Amino acid sequence: MQVKLKVKRFDPADSGGKTWWQEYEVDVHPDSTVLDSLIEVREQADGTLAMRCACRASICGSCGMKVNGSAKLVCKTRVLDVAPNGEQLTIEPMGNQHVVRDLVISLDTFFNQINRVEPFLQPSFVPEKGEYTASNESMENLLTSMNCIMCGCCVSDCTVLEVDSNFIGPAALAKAWRFTEDPRDSKRDERLKALNDENGGMWDCTRCMKCVDVCPKGVAPMDRIMELREAAIEVGNTNTHGYHHTESFYKSVKKNGRLDETRLAIDSAGMFNIPRMLDLIPIGLAAMQKGKLPPLMPHKAEDHKKVKELYERVEGESK
Amino acid sequence: MYEHDVLIIGGGLAGLRAAVEVTRAGADVAVISKVHPVRSHSNAAQGGINAPLTDRGDDWEGHAYDTIKGSDFLADQDAVEVMSSEAGEAVLELERMGVIFSRGEDGKLGTRAFGGQKVARTFFVGAITGSAILHVLFEQSLKLGLNVYEEWFVTKLIIKGGVCRGVVAIDLKTGEMHTIKAKAVIMAAGGAGRVFEPSTNALICTGDGLSLAYQVGVPLMDMEMIQYHPTTLARTGILMSEAARGEGAYLLNAAGERFMEKTAPDYMELASRDVVSRAEQTEIDEGRGIDGNVLLDLRHLGRDFIEQRLGYLQEVSVEFLGIDMAEQPVPVQPGMHYIMGGIKTDVDGATNVPGLYAAGECANVSVHGANRLGANSLLDTVVFGRRSGAHAVEYIKSVGAHSPAQEDLASEKSRLQALLDRPKGERVATIRDDMARGMTKGIGVFRDQASMEGALENLANVKSRMGGFSIENKGKVFNTDLMFGLELEFMVDCAEAVVAGALTREESRGAHFRTDITERDDENWLKHTLMYKDEESETGVRVETSDVSITQWEPVKRVY
Repeated sequence: MQVKLKVKRFDPADSGGKTWWQEYEVDVHPDSTVLDSLIEVREQADGTLAMRCACRASICGSCGMKVNGSAKLVCKTRVLDVAPNGEQLTIEPMGNQHVVRDLVISLDTFFNQINRVEPFLQPSFVPEKGEYTASNESMENLLTSMNCIMCGCCVSDCTVLEVDSNFIGPAALAKAWRFTEDPRDSKRDERLKALNDENGGMWDCTRCMKCVDVCPKGVAPMDRIMELREAAIEVGNTNTHGYHHTESFYKSVKKNGRLDETRLAIDSAGMFNIPRMLDLIPIGLAAMQKGKLPPLMPHKAEDHKKVKELYERVEGESK
Repeated sequence: MYEHDVLIIGGGLAGLRAAVEVTRAGADVAVISKVHPVRSHSNAAQGGINAPLTDRGDDWEGHAYDTIKGSDFLADQDAVEVMSSEAGEAVLELERMGVIFSRGEDGKLGTRAFGGQKVARTFFVGAITGSAILHVLFEQSLKLGLNVYEEWFVTKLIIKGGVCRGVVAIDLKTGEMHTIKAKAVIMAAGGAGRVFEPSTNALICTGDGLSLAYQVGVPLMDMEMIQYHPTTLARTGILMSEAARGEGAYLLNAAGERFMEKTAPDYMELASRDVVSRAEQTEIDEGRGIDGNVLLDLRHLGRDFIEQRLGYLQEVSVEFLGIDMAEQPVPVQPGMHYIMGGIKTDVDGATNVPGLYAAGECANVSVHGANRLGANSLLDTVVFGRRSGAHAVEYIKSVGAHSPAQEDLASEKSRLQALLDRPKGERVATIRDDMARGMTKGIGVFRDQASMEGALENLANVKSRMGGFSIENKGKVFNTDLMFGLELEFMVDCAEAVVAGALTREESRGAHFRTDITERDDENWLKHTLMYKDEESETGVRVETSDVSITQWEPVKRVY
C-alpha cells in the first residue's frame, strides 16, 4: 500500500532555524499505522527525519504528533482510518510545545505543568506493615487518570494553552484529580485550594472538549477538570472568579432563559474588584464599536418559563 | 564536568527503584537514560507482579519453588530465595508509594492467577501493571528531586585500573558529548529484544547495557535463554498479556480443541511460557494452526469482565486487529519477548568489575534460569534494583575521589566522528533486519545444530558489513540516526553472545529446546554459560561455564 506523507520539518542548526514541508511516499503493509509509515521513511528514505517512538503499542506515550491538524498517538492510528482513499497525510509536531527538531518537541512544557501539582501521594500516615485499606471501587475509579501515558496530546491541542501559556493544562489537572480522589492522600483540601489558583488553575479551562477528543487513552481530562471544580465548590473554595462566573451563568439563565453577559462579566470579576472592572472597560468599548455590546439590562427569552422548568426537572432528577 | 556518587543507566523500574534507595541513603545520585523515564519499556509489562504474602496463607518457599521449576532448575537457588523472601515487602512498598493495585472485598490487595503457579499470587493493575508502577516510581523521583539526564545516550563505560568510574555520553538534544564521573555505576538499561524480529519489545530495547558491560570484560550469562511469549499478535509482535489466560482464557487450535491438554493436562493454558509456546508451535507446524496462529479465546469471560480486568488487551485487540474479544477469539503466536540471560551479577547486583552493578532485564542474577515465570520480571526489577542501590551506597564509602581522567571522552568523540565521516554505505536498518531475522530463524522456539550454525553464519555476514554502514544525518541536534548506528553495534554484541551460548549448550532446558537433543542433561549441563568478549577468538567470544547454586531443591523432571 502506498502512503503519501507531507511532513513539517525543522532544523534548528540551519541559520537560526528553518522550517519547511517535505513530501514522502512509502510502500507499507495495508494494516500499517502512521508510525509504521514514518519509520519506513526514516529507515529507507530519509535518515535525517527526527521523531520519537518506542513501544509501538500505545503504552509509552512517545509518538504524539499532529496528523491532519489534530494530535494523535501515531502508533495507534491506522493509515486506512485517516486516509481511506490514499489521501496525503499532513504530519506536524505537537502544538503548544517548543519544537526541538522536526517532529520532536521539548518535554519541558509538559513536565513543568505536571510538576506544579505536586504529583505524588501525600498520605497522613504510612502503614508500618502491609498496605493501606481502601475499597476496590475507589481505586478502580482512579484508573481513568492512571491510564494517562503522558503523551502530551491534550496539551498539544488545548485551546487555552494556545493563548495562555500560564494555564496548568489538562494533563496536570487530570493528574491532580488522581490524588484528590485517592483515599490514601491527605492533602485533598490543600490541593483543591492550590488548583483553584486564579492564575492558570482549574477555572481557566473553557470546556472546549479538545482534550477529551484527542486523548488516546480515554482519560478525558476535561471531565476530570469538571470533577475538580465540583470538588472545589463542595469543600467551600467559592471565592474565585471561576465560581462566581459559574454561579452567575446558572442564575441568569434560570431567571431570564438566556445569558446576561453584562451581569456575567461583572459577577465573575466581583463588583468591588476595581482593577478588574477597569480592565473590562476597553473590552466593552471595543465590543460597542463592533456593535457587539450586550444589552445593559437583560431581556428575558420568550420561553424563559420552560427553561426554568427544565432546571427544576434536572435538579429534581439529580437529587 | 558532571559527577555523582552513583550514576544509574536506565530510568525504568530497576533504575528508578535503585535511585530511590540511593537517595534515601543520602548519597548523590543521577539517572541517565536515552528516553524520558516514563517512556521506558517497563511500561509494557501488563499482567502483574508476583509476591507470596505470608500473612495471607502463602509461603515464599512455594513461590521460590515455582520459580525454580519454571527456570528448569537453571536459576541460582540462593538468588531465588532472596527474591521470593523479599517479594512481599517489595510489592507492599509499591502500594504505599501510591500504586493503585486491584483490591478485594476487604479493601486489601487482590490477586490473579498466572502461569507456572498453582497459587494466585500475582498483584495487578488491570492490564497496565508495569505502566502503573513506573508512573508511581516516576512520581517518587519528582518528590525526591532526582537528577535525570533524560535523552542522554551512553556510549562507553569508563574503566580505570579495573574499576568503573563513570561514563561517556551524548546529550541527544544538543549532540554534545560529556564525561559523567561516578564512584559507582548501576546498569539498569533493559533488555535486548530488538536483536530478534519480530519481538514484543519496544524499539529502544537494543541491549545497550548488556553490550557496554560485555565490552569491559563482564561476562554475559545464559544468553541462549530467550523467552518466546505464547500470545503475541501476528506481524506486529504486540504482546497480549498472560493475564488473559490467568483470568481463564483458552488456547484453541483450528479444530477448536484446547490443545494444552496434550502437553500440560494439569496446568493447561497456565503451564510455563516455554512449554505453552512449544505446544503452540507444534500445533502450527503440524497444520493445526490458522495462518501461522492459534486462537486466544476470551468469549466465555464476558464483556464486562474483559473490559474491567483486561481493558488494555481489549484496546489493543480492537485498535490493532479490529477484533472485539468479547465476540471473537484473537489469533496469536509465540513471539520473542524477554531475555533471561544478561550481565552476570551476585545477589547485590555486583559484577566482576568493582563499581559496576546491574539490575533488571539487562542483569542475570540468576533468578529466571532457562525460563522466566510471568510476573516475575517486575518483581526482579524492584527487588534487585533496591539491592543494587543499597550495595552501591556501601561500596562508594570505600572509594576516594573521582577519577581525573578525560581521555575516554576524546577517544569517543573521534570514534563517533569517524562514524559520521564514513562514505555513503549500507543503511543501518538493512543490516539490523538481516541480523534480527536470522536470529529468530536460528534461535527460535525450536532450534537444532543446523539452525544455530545458520544463525552464526548469518551473524558473521552481518559483522562483515558493520564497517560499511553509514550515517545519513550529519547534524548535532537529536541525531537519532547516529544513535541507531551505535545501537546496532550493541545489538551485534548481544547476538554474538546469544549464538555462542546456544551452540555451547548441548541439551534441551527451558527455552533452549533443541530438536536434535531433546533431553535435559543435569549430569553435564546443570551449568551456566558465561560469554566473555574475546577479540583473539574467531567468533569474538570465549565461553566458560559455572555451576548452578542448589540450596534445597534437587532438580526433578519438570511436568505441568
